[in-house]
Amino acid sequence: MKDQIREGLQRVRSFFRKDAMDRELDEEMASHIEMAVEENLKKGMGEEEARRQALVRFGGEQQAKETHREARGLPWVDMVLQDLRYTFRSLRRDRGFAFIAIVILALGIGANIAVFSVVNTLVLRPLPYPHAEQLVWFAGNHGQGGLSGVTYNVSSYEEYAKHARSFQEVTCYQAFWGSTEYNMTGHGDPKHVQAVMVANNFFHMMGVNPLLGRTFRPEEHAKGAALVSMLTYPFWQREFGGDPNVVGRTIEMNNKAVTIIGVLPQSFDFASVFSPGLRVDFFIPAYMDEIRNWGNTVAIVARLKPGVTLGQAQAEANILSPQFRAAHPEPDWFMEYTADLSSLQDYVTGKLRRSLFALWGAVGLILLIVCVNLSNLLLARLASRSKEFAMRSALGAGRGRLIGQLLTESLALSGIGATLGVAIAYGVTTYLAHQGSITLPMLNLVLVDGAALLWTLLITLLVGLLFGIVPGLILSRTNVQESLKDAGRGLSEGRGHDRLRSVLVVSEVALACVLLVGSGLLLRSFLRVLDVDLGFQPSEAAVVDINYDPGAKGEKIAPSLQQILAAVKAVPGVEAAGVADMLPLDRDRSWGLVNPSREYGKNDQQSAIVRIVTPGYLEAMGIRLIEGRDITWQEVFDRAPVAVINETAARYHWPGQSPIGREARGFSDKPGRIIGVVADVRVSSLESSSGPEIYLPASIDPEGAQLVVRSKLPPDVLTTSILPVLRRLNPAQPNNTFRPVQSLVDRSVSPRRFFVYLVGIFAALGLTLAALGIYGVISYSVTRQTHEIGIRMALGASGAQVQRSVIGRTLRLAGIGIAIGAVGSIVIARWIESLLFRTEPWDPVAFVSMVTLLLAIAGLAGYIPSMRASRVEPVIALRHE
Amino acid sequence: MAESKLDLLQGTLDLMVLQILAAMGEQHGYGIARRIEQVSGDEVLLNQGTIYAALVRLQQRGWIRAEWGVSDNNRKAKFYAITQRGRKQLAEDAAYWQRLSGVMGRLLSMSEEGGEE
Repeated sequence: MKDQIREGLQRVRSFFRKDAMDRELDEEMASHIEMAVEENLKKGMGEEEARRQALVRFGGEQQAKETHREARGLPWVDMVLQDLRYTFRSLRRDRGFAFIAIVILALGIGANIAVFSVVNTLVLRPLPYPHAEQLVWFAGNHGQGGLSGVTYNVSSYEEYAKHARSFQEVTCYQAFWGSTEYNMTGHGDPKHVQAVMVANNFFHMMGVNPLLGRTFRPEEHAKGAALVSMLTYPFWQREFGGDPNVVGRTIEMNNKAVTIIGVLPQSFDFASVFSPGLRVDFFIPAYMDEIRNWGNTVAIVARLKPGVTLGQAQAEANILSPQFRAAHPEPDWFMEYTADLSSLQDYVTGKLRRSLFALWGAVGLILLIVCVNLSNLLLARLASRSKEFAMRSALGAGRGRLIGQLLTESLALSGIGATLGVAIAYGVTTYLAHQGSITLPMLNLVLVDGAALLWTLLITLLVGLLFGIVPGLILSRTNVQESLKDAGRGLSEGRGHDRLRSVLVVSEVALACVLLVGSGLLLRSFLRVLDVDLGFQPSEAAVVDINYDPGAKGEKIAPSLQQILAAVKAVPGVEAAGVADMLPLDRDRSWGLVNPSREYGKNDQQSAIVRIVTPGYLEAMGIRLIEGRDITWQEVFDRAPVAVINETAARYHWPGQSPIGREARGFSDKPGRIIGVVADVRVSSLESSSGPEIYLPASIDPEGAQLVVRSKLPPDVLTTSILPVLRRLNPAQPNNTFRPVQSLVDRSVSPRRFFVYLVGIFAALGLTLAALGIYGVISYSVTRQTHEIGIRMALGASGAQVQRSVIGRTLRLAGIGIAIGAVGSIVIARWIESLLFRTEPWDPVAFVSMVTLLLAIAGLAGYIPSMRASRVEPVIALRHE
Repeated sequence: MAESKLDLLQGTLDLMVLQILAAMGEQHGYGIARRIEQVSGDEVLLNQGTIYAALVRLQQRGWIRAEWGVSDNNRKAKFYAITQRGRKQLAEDAAYWQRLSGVMGRLLSMSEEGGEE
């Protein structure tokens, strides 16, 4: 064994010392011959005879060298290298083929690497935390009711933290952090910053250590404690230039001094996991006693004890929640704080898994089409190379060696394609990682990593073998010597060969059909989503975050808002303006809404999404008034308990009657009154319909203020004309810019758009490849049948007849492919059913349009060669052979 | 040449080389080749050139070593010598060959006499 290892190492060493060892051998052989000559001379031979005899006895010098090399080096590697050299020579000769093959491979493999990188980051790889598999997400209210439903109040969090034995630690963060405004002053221009309140053990449980400084101490979570904060890495870089002495510095947030106590590492990206598309600048301690009365505000995350399964933890939670409820008769325990547990990974990316796997499947199909296409190309090439193979075979190359040569070529091609593919994938993933507008979790972490490179290697080998194997099999079945005798056309002559090419084309069309129908269904769903009645008019409306003086509480808010709105409306081009605390498709929260004269069951909805608005907001957003009227400034000043509700709320709480003027409860200490009904507005996504919604006058302390302006002017023009006005009224106004309200919609549909675009691109790629494949095969068969066509035309067939027969053959092939593909599409459609929106999996429009498109492209691909066939001159064609 | 020469069986050449080096001490390639021819009485079909493949193989396995030197008639040549491990290998291979040739001898003599003993 040891000897074998030694020999192996020596062989490798010799392999790299080829020249030196050859020289040494030459010298040795030369001295050998000289000694032999000398001895022969001594025997009395003549000079010439002595040398001749010596050479005869020595045998072939070249042969001795060859056996020496084989004995000492790596003959297998030598052979491969030789094949490679040969491959590159022959590819250089056939540049057109090489170029097309490499481009096709690069696109196919590149798409695969890019998608694999995304899938790997989002679904396959654990979340970027230590022992992420132990992390568990708590969903309250059986996962119903949006963020307000699934979050907990502080007391229920504390109960779980105290009593649940399945976990090492239970922690929480304030889930509505996006709705709390922080204005940072005392460091450059005033700025809006985003801060997340976290429980004391949050970073410890997530396994995150600060890059600088420390994390929060328990006493810092008490009300009245000195204010402290931790910076996220990007904010530290952006605002403090990565200053290592930032710890201990004081900044002002909402006019209060806050000490920076630490900086989080770059690897800890809270938002990309918990709230994709948003950004976090700060972390601050959650002041439990302060947020205790805020209702459902905290999201619970926990870490399982080692060895405890999710099922066991769930069983424990099922026992605990009724006990908690029994122990808490107080009114703010207004719901059963049940807990539906899932792994944090499932919570973050579970919904995307199917979309991503569909995407993965799509690129897999592309890769198969690429393989089929290249098989076809190689097959055509093999035909024209039959002479060359016959020649090599005659010179002593075994059949195995010839097949080896073919596989070397296909692997070399796929290798070059893969190298370019990696470059493409690198570009694509870099682009995706910097796409802030796509709200997919952890997209910023996507990159071509080691796993992706391994995957590349795997598919490269697979692809190379797959498309090299068909010509290899043909070669192994054919008597290569025969083609030397053959007059001209060689290997591809047989009917079986033709059939094989037809089978390849049919499968290519079938694969493309599946891809097209799948993407057609997704595209139709996407259009249906864009077609959804939002309940507001995003076009010609823009929004900016305003600061209305955070110090102003109670009475002072309303006058200051009225002053601002009056000034804004005076700006030329502004048609309507209003302020809301939160915008649809952006942030939300819910309060109670009930009709005191209606009976409610245990499971009846008694909460509604709340927006605190000024008069004019409904008009500025383009929300349709159905009945009644908007809120007035007088009601804002009077702190009147009036409310505008949406249609769903009206139907639900006041069925069969008009709610205008009726009493309503749940959102105010005093009995409230309904003054208007407006259209339903999409709250969290375009796909899910609205629940009850309620608009309250801005006299209630709003959490932030979004100024919505309706105007035909573009947002940047509004920024330059309106921002100075805001600045004049409030010097602390942050330097924000107007964004189109449409951007809220765009962000909301961005994941779907992302998938549709990608699948659409892949479908187009598949269609192009299939068209190329059809064209190649038909065109080749026309060339080969020139003689036959000539005879037919000589016998009286017209050009049109010939053309019809060629197109007929094309469409026959495409038809068979489409028939098979349609069956496959139905299977695929059922599998992606959950990704569709208002589209049946057998949606006739998608099926018919895509099949028609495919047939049309196939017809086109067959038309070009058919034209050529119809122009065959019988005399020339018959003379040709 | 009326009678055809003996083809060398796989591995035989390696054993011959080891044996010659063990018996005669340091030798260059030409010396070893000549020695094989002499001992075999020119019965073996040997292209002298093939000996170098055997030499490099044995060397890589660590059974012989080589160094450049000067021959009796003042010619530069590479000299080969058997190593300790080579001797061990030689003993093993030689025993194997003797057993095999013994068996072959008995077997063939049996068939020559046309039946059982």
